[in-house]
Amino acid sequence: MPKPHSMIDRRQFLGAAALMGAATGLSSIPLIGAGAAEVAPKQGGHLRLGMSGGSTTDSLNPTTYLSWVPANIGYQIMNGLVEIDEHNQATPELLMNWESKPGAADWTFDVRRDITFSNGKTLDADDIIYSINLHRGKSSSPAKPTLAAVTDIKKLSPNKIQILMSSGNADLPFLLSDYHILAVPNGFTDWKNPIGTGCFVLEHYEAGVRCITKKTRPYWKPNCGYVDSVETLTINDVSARTAALLSGQVDAINRLDARTVDLLKKRPKVHVIQSAAGQHGLFVMNCTDAPYNDNNVRMALKYAIDRKQLLDTVLRGYGRIGNDQPIPSTNQYYDASLPQHSFDPDKAKFYLKKAGQTDLKVELNVNDVAFTGATDAAQLFQQTAKAAGINLSIKQQPADGYWSNIWMKAPFCASYWGGRPTADQMLTIAYKSDAPWNDTFWKNPEFDKLLLEARVELDQAKRKEMYGQMQGMISDTGGAIIPLFIDYLEAGSDRVHGMKPNPLFDFMGERIGEKVWLS
Amino acid sequence: MAILRFIVFRAALGVLTLFAVSLLLFLGTQLLPGDVASALLGQSATPEALAVLRAKLGLNDPAYLRYLHWLFGVLHGNLGTSLTTGTPIASVLLPRLANTLFLAGYAAIIAVPLAVGLGILSAIREGGILDRTASILSLATISFPEFFVSYILIVIFASGFGWLPSLATVYDGMGFWSRLDATTLPAITLTLVVVAHMLRMTRTSTLAVMSSPYIETAFLKGMSRTRVVLGHALPNALGPIINVVAINLAYLVVGVVVVEVVFVYPGVGQFMVDAVSKRDLPTVQACGLIFATVFIGLNTLADILAALANPRLRSGLRQ
Repeated sequence: MPKPHSMIDRRQFLGAAALMGAATGLSSIPLIGAGAAEVAPKQGGHLRLGMSGGSTTDSLNPTTYLSWVPANIGYQIMNGLVEIDEHNQATPELLMNWESKPGAADWTFDVRRDITFSNGKTLDADDIIYSINLHRGKSSSPAKPTLAAVTDIKKLSPNKIQILMSSGNADLPFLLSDYHILAVPNGFTDWKNPIGTGCFVLEHYEAGVRCITKKTRPYWKPNCGYVDSVETLTINDVSARTAALLSGQVDAINRLDARTVDLLKKRPKVHVIQSAAGQHGLFVMNCTDAPYNDNNVRMALKYAIDRKQLLDTVLRGYGRIGNDQPIPSTNQYYDASLPQHSFDPDKAKFYLKKAGQTDLKVELNVNDVAFTGATDAAQLFQQTAKAAGINLSIKQQPADGYWSNIWMKAPFCASYWGGRPTADQMLTIAYKSDAPWNDTFWKNPEFDKLLLEARVELDQAKRKEMYGQMQGMISDTGGAIIPLFIDYLEAGSDRVHGMKPNPLFDFMGERIGEKVWLS
Repeated sequence: MAILRFIVFRAALGVLTLFAVSLLLFLGTQLLPGDVASALLGQSATPEALAVLRAKLGLNDPAYLRYLHWLFGVLHGNLGTSLTTGTPIASVLLPRLANTLFLAGYAAIIAVPLAVGLGILSAIREGGILDRTASILSLATISFPEFFVSYILIVIFASGFGWLPSLATVYDGMGFWSRLDATTLPAITLTLVVVAHMLRMTRTSTLAVMSSPYIETAFLKGMSRTRVVLGHALPNALGPIINVVAINLAYLVVGVVVVEVVFVYPGVGQFMVDAVSKRDLPTVQACGLIFATVFIGLNTLADILAALANPRLRSGLRQ
């Protein structure tokens, strides 16, 4: 048993390291040392996860994953092609040594050698090609749009593939890290019992209730695969999840309630992991609709919201302040030099005057289904807007049908975006002029052009500059008020060691099963 | 023969009610805002995707056709296919129904004897310490919302003492005793919620009979209060007690969604809520129909039993 005071030290360390990680983009180097000094990795034990994000309608077919429980189980049994590490970098998993010709439309990847599936078959290029093709063509996979530009996948040798694209994309390795793209044997279709190269094999699965996986052989990935078995319980209610952790029925839980995290942290035997993430809550204005078609009005509203107050009250500090552009500080192309928008009633009044608005009335449509705390955030916004001379009224909308009836219909409403692995994906999906989910209806041909150029640019320095420019355009003229990026919060008991923040998804990018060890 | 006719009549009335409920269920689900297509696609709905999905799911047929189609299936034992998973509803629903009945049964085995026993004791010792304590405690537990009672129990027995699990996850192949252990906290919660109603009804209806002249006669014969209550008052008070027990049994099956959510119990209630939020209307209708059957069935049974227990009704039926 670790001494209680050393646990507290480690908890504080984790919190501090997570905060530091957000600032530097390097979240884990000190943590490896800290974890190792605490309890050295050891084999064995039964890991029990209590997770939100599962439903009775789930399936283990990777082309159907919509939420975290099936994605997590998928990674227990199968491997991805590329892994996003804690520094938000693409690192080899089953694919490695990638290279691209100039233009980023012609890629080669090596397939990792000497890897076997749980049925004994050795992994080769055909398996990889089949697994990627599950998400192409007639597939209904959510990953299909991600791979839309892929025109052909060729086998160059049993351990080398070539991917050709209709238009280049320097982020292809990131795209292949999508959690839907998991490797199965060529021709595999028995999704009730998936076969993979992962650390565990499926033992029992009841959708939306419980899953058991067991380790039956040594795992190929270095410094991974410590526990003998994993039990994944779906516990969608946050109070039930917390109670299960506190009563020792599970070892780790995801998605904590920010409002009670401080209380949870005071409990002995529990440590909380906080990950800076790309997910953000926002208020979107339709840039083609009066009065939001005037950028001065948009700017006035951007200066009329008190981001610090929202962070401290709505998220209890468990987030980062946003700057009205969607690229998070954990992203390698984040531009920290952009001037930060902050609450400034004088500036807001200045922009209102410029817009010729003396008595601006706006109506904000909200529901907490957009993001947790959206209604509270709107109410705080209402107060600060009043100080800036804007009469903001709140219209509470029903949760049912919010995404189909309010979002992209009402000119000013609450919205949400989950983080995307790359800047290009985030900007393409929601800010390109012709994007179907351009929820601000912001159209900027110069931005579109820059976006396409940056996508194929292989020179990192140049690329970073281009993405910085695009972030500036959105921040200064876009229709999104992005006050907050929301951190992922998860907790583990003192049995679990090696839990670390991840910039992409919670539970260590959903690969927690192969990464932690128990004492 | 008259009693048989009464039973047949009550049963026929039950079936008729069930038909009315099926119609209401169907109409009710049609009134929900949005449809399964928009709920399935969520934030990712585009008009084209919506149109394709609607056509695929047969949502463009007129409502009455869909109702008749559904009713025809149900009458042939086919509850339909889930719109979200594409699997037959019965295959998922029936194991969950078994779970719900298990929990309801567990709670009922504790709650009914406890409530009726305490009710009778309270009637015997009217105004005594036991009567007043039982009354106050049961009123207190029924006045708190179920989720509050659940959380209090979890804090004390799961997080505090660590005696009982806070998660009531049960699964196939789980042993009877571990199943019992897992469902103890929810069963206690449900017991606390339903005891008050039955206890007070038992006490009140027994006491109501106690003011009758024939009870006075019994007392004058020199019988003890216990014998009077058990031998003379209780048999005549059975009718209302059976009814209130039936209503509470039905509640244990159909009204436990909140408790299922708090304890993460894989029962029908949770399943129905999932289906409502996904607009999986055939599943919602199937769950609703199961609930209605349980409710109507138990109430019909209670009516029949009450009639059999009541000498006046019994003799009235004989004429």
